[in-house]
Amino acid sequence: MNFEVLTPHSLASALDALASNEKLVPLAGATDLMVYLEAGTLAPCTFLNLQELWELRPVLALNGSLTLGALTTYRDVRLSAVKDHFPMLAWAAREVGALAIQSRGTWAGNIANGSPAADGVPALMAYDAEVDLASKNGRRSVPLAAFYRGYKQMDRRPDEIITAIRMPLPQPGWSDYYRKVGTRRFQAISKTLLAGRILLDANRTVKDVRMVFASVAPFTLRAVQTEGLLRGRHLTADLIGDATRAIQDEIHPIDDIRSTEAYRRRVTANLVRDFLAACGPVC
Amino acid sequence: MQISLTVNGKNYQVTPPPMKRLLDVLREDLAWTGTKEGCGEGECGACTAIMDGVLVLTCMVPICQAAGKHVTTIEGLAADGKLHRLQQAFLEKGGAQCGICTPGMIIAAAYYLEHPDEAEDIGEALAGNQCRCTGYTRIFESVKAASSLYSIV
Repeated sequence: MNFEVLTPHSLASALDALASNEKLVPLAGATDLMVYLEAGTLAPCTFLNLQELWELRPVLALNGSLTLGALTTYRDVRLSAVKDHFPMLAWAAREVGALAIQSRGTWAGNIANGSPAADGVPALMAYDAEVDLASKNGRRSVPLAAFYRGYKQMDRRPDEIITAIRMPLPQPGWSDYYRKVGTRRFQAISKTLLAGRILLDANRTVKDVRMVFASVAPFTLRAVQTEGLLRGRHLTADLIGDATRAIQDEIHPIDDIRSTEAYRRRVTANLVRDFLAACGPVC
Repeated sequence: MQISLTVNGKNYQVTPPPMKRLLDVLREDLAWTGTKEGCGEGECGACTAIMDGVLVLTCMVPICQAAGKHVTTIEGLAADGKLHRLQQAFLEKGGAQCGICTPGMIIAAAYYLEHPDEAEDIGEALAGNQCRCTGYTRIFESVKAASSLYSIV
């Protein structure tokens, strides 16, 4: 096998290695990369094994905001108390794959893999997550909602690695919604998915809303136009109908091995209706 | 690359290519052939083992990330010449047919009996393990039988 591995023991040495060889491929839980490697679709390369970097260790720190170290797994979140504040993270973790995937796969890896069908990224994006990146030249943060530019294109330079993911603690009153539509409940890749959050006032006026979709665009899509349509409006059946039509202009679903454009459009509209109706006129 | 790891309580030093799958090191280098390969891409669960206390798919663990770890495979469940209660239950209830999924199925079930809070039910606990023979009913009955034994003991 023409694959080599570097295993640095400090973030500084990892960043030095990346600075001198930008072709290094960061390796965390390996649940995506081992599939590509076994399928023979990976060109010979050297991996940068991140598992020994204590700076990326799976801490789940709650301190006005939530910080997930880059090596935090889905299982880490399911077993932690942070799910009380961020319930969608636990729901997403549960559907990303079976337990043996949850114990190895990482949230940061889900971001860096850049799949439009990622299950963890929509939940993170709906919680206004920021991605912390480090290189030899310094550190910066990027809002996850601005991280993707196209299919598998993202705002990460080859000399950077993700060190952490941060999210503000949600204010009281938000309702969360996460629904993945796949061929079966567990261990499936989504045909469409909605991670939604909504904050209504006592009159059911939409104070704020987040709607993030998977598998209906070249990358995880935050539907800012449909959110804008809803914000400040009274949540009525008519408005919900408007939202199900508005979302059609924002998504770009395709026919592929898992579904069709027509099915994805119909079911995505149904998810929008289900989300808003669950939190709106009928509650 | 020299790597030490412990499999079923025995210590080993191996020098495989660093991205060789733990599955292949177990089977080819260490002759622990109880762990099976099914799909080789993380879908079927045939290669399931326990590594440092968590459930893993050995086809998705590069050996460089198993350095210093403790691995338990199906061969590590029986003790003192006695089958593990799950093995006994699969035997009695017809939980195994062709046998390819059985080692991974029993490992995942053993993990569930030890960590019942990590899955809502047997279905979720075994969601990552596919069987093409049994239709799952007898597997679930086997796990239930072993589980009730567990609560009596």
